[in-house]
Amino acid sequence: MNNIMIDTGNYIAAKAAVMAQPEVVAAYPITPQTTLVEGIANYHETGEFKGEYICVESEHSAMAACIGASATGVRTFTGTSSHGLLLMHEMLHWAALARLPVIMCNINRVVGPGWNIWADENDSISQRDTGWIQFYCSSNQEIFDTIIQSFKLGEDKKVSLPVMINYNAFILSHTSMPVYIPNQKEVDDFLPKRKPVWNLDVNNPITFGNMILPPEYERVRKEMQDSQENAKKLIKDISKEWKNKFGRYHGDLLEYYKCEDSDYILLSMGAIGAESKVAINNLRKKGIKIGLARVRTFRPFPKEEILKISKNSDLIIIDRNISIGMEGALFSEVKASLFGKSDSKVYGFIAGLGGKDVTFQDIEKMCEKVINGKANNMEWYGIEGV
Amino acid sequence: MAIKEIPTEECYMPGSAACPGCPATMALRIVFKAIGKKMMMIVPACCTAVIESMHPNTSFNIPTMNIAFEAAAAGASGVEAGLRKQGKDDITVVAWAGDGGTYDIGIQALSGALERNTNFIYICYNNQIYSNTGIQRSGATPYAAWTTTTVGGKTEYRKEMGEIIQAHHIPYAAQACISYPEDLYKKIRKAKQMKGPKYIEIMAPCPPGWRFGMERTVEMGTLSVETGAWALYEFENDEIKFNGISKLLLEEKIKPKPIEDWIKLQGRFRHLFIPKKDVKKLQEIQDHTNQIWERYRKCYL
Repeated sequence: MNNIMIDTGNYIAAKAAVMAQPEVVAAYPITPQTTLVEGIANYHETGEFKGEYICVESEHSAMAACIGASATGVRTFTGTSSHGLLLMHEMLHWAALARLPVIMCNINRVVGPGWNIWADENDSISQRDTGWIQFYCSSNQEIFDTIIQSFKLGEDKKVSLPVMINYNAFILSHTSMPVYIPNQKEVDDFLPKRKPVWNLDVNNPITFGNMILPPEYERVRKEMQDSQENAKKLIKDISKEWKNKFGRYHGDLLEYYKCEDSDYILLSMGAIGAESKVAINNLRKKGIKIGLARVRTFRPFPKEEILKISKNSDLIIIDRNISIGMEGALFSEVKASLFGKSDSKVYGFIAGLGGKDVTFQDIEKMCEKVINGKANNMEWYGIEGV
Repeated sequence: MAIKEIPTEECYMPGSAACPGCPATMALRIVFKAIGKKMMMIVPACCTAVIESMHPNTSFNIPTMNIAFEAAAAGASGVEAGLRKQGKDDITVVAWAGDGGTYDIGIQALSGALERNTNFIYICYNNQIYSNTGIQRSGATPYAAWTTTTVGGKTEYRKEMGEIIQAHHIPYAAQACISYPEDLYKKIRKAKQMKGPKYIEIMAPCPPGWRFGMERTVEMGTLSVETGAWALYEFENDEIKFNGISKLLLEEKIKPKPIEDWIKLQGRFRHLFIPKKDVKKLQEIQDHTNQIWERYRKCYL
């Protein structure tokens, strides 16, 4: 049964979260995430969301409450953005180390000062080492599908890690698009009830998270890394299962677009990834063999897949973030993936920080600069006088 | 009630890593006995995170989850909601935090959980310092007390956390002391029977933190009550009832012991006696204590 809902990224995310039927949502409002939690609050009021909605007094408490609830064995969801995500930072580590599959949407927004509520990925990029799986979405349909898929992924005992679904402020969070919504039974069939790996239980009184010696702690870290590796295969399996069941596919770790015969492959994330497809089409019309590999998962990072596509292509990276003192984070990670194994040239652009528009024309200009041999190793795009 | 009515079963087990004479362990024994095995405890950074022993062992026979320093009440909110949604309504959720995690870094999450009417018991064992990190000042540290961050003695008076809690108008709040186990037991039992947020604060004199011998913990608690440095009371339905010796002090049926009787036994106040007795400062502390009790009388008698 096809049911089309035309709505903004946040309301679509609220719909997906509610259809996953978490027992507990704990959240604190922040622009531009607000309509997501308002959406869930409305579903709570109408009874469509039957779980508990805890209106906590901060994002730190939102994540702490999700951790507490998740530790009792139930399914949990939250959403945040920018400063809210940063305030959660300590608890992001906590959730991942506790191996609790909290699922969270983060609406990528600029970090202040000065105050700015537009799209920028530095908020979530700066959380990359917390142990969370990170998805970056490029359409509202992908937001819906990825949220449902993320519950299945994070809650799988081979993964048992929290998952962050990122999408750009306003470009997706506040833009309406038609989205195919499966019915509840279809979602339930795809996503069975959570079976926790561990939980607080009066009949099995364990103490969780007490003091731990270095060898044991190191083993915990190794297990987390192994689980992220396991997630790579599972993301592929789940994407395939979703495709077979619902006929939609957004890629798995990467989404490939016209990569087969390409001399150049563009790598980008989030909304820029969607805009890039238009640029690729236009450049191809000009006879340039160029494709797109949109990075969907920043963690686990698709290093094997990127190495593979670099065999016959030079790579162009666009980052809507910067690791100050180094370069764009995606640029760094791509180069690390190729190190010693590939002769490809890699070019990095920083673009769209602070929510600055990155249009397909901009993307074409960046690509053409590389193709014309005029690009430096790392470029700032679109800053006057630079 | 008589002490023999307290259950003999222990959930506080051997293998704990507590200091000798630790007041937190005394309180934990009573709390476990009063609530029984159908409880879950959320512990932020505090001495108890050490007391509970090292992974993969534990000295607690109840499910316990450690959480970040400022997150006890928020974590407990999540545990409570998770249990309720599974129909496990007969389990008592307890947040167990020190005064640092309660008065200072955890006050926001605590206030939020109380305001949201979370059905749990928040217990603060108050040893008046950051003891786990090695005796630094907290919002609960009394005036003039030495700590490693108030080397010349603290220059501010402590917060009245009890009054902050009362401003939330929760169903039940109480102050207790490890030296009065029956009183503590009764207060925990009462809290267990009630729905909504309950707050219990336990005076917990810390031998290494306060600089007294490990055999004097109970005596130090008793003196804190007898001198009026600490008050035993219950706050129920917006009404406050002092109990035990504190009731007699409030009603002026007995005279408090001089505050000096409590202070002089603690090394953290030694600079008030050595090399020369600081009569002025001691009088200041006594006057402040008297003022607090005058205020109590005005408000609660």
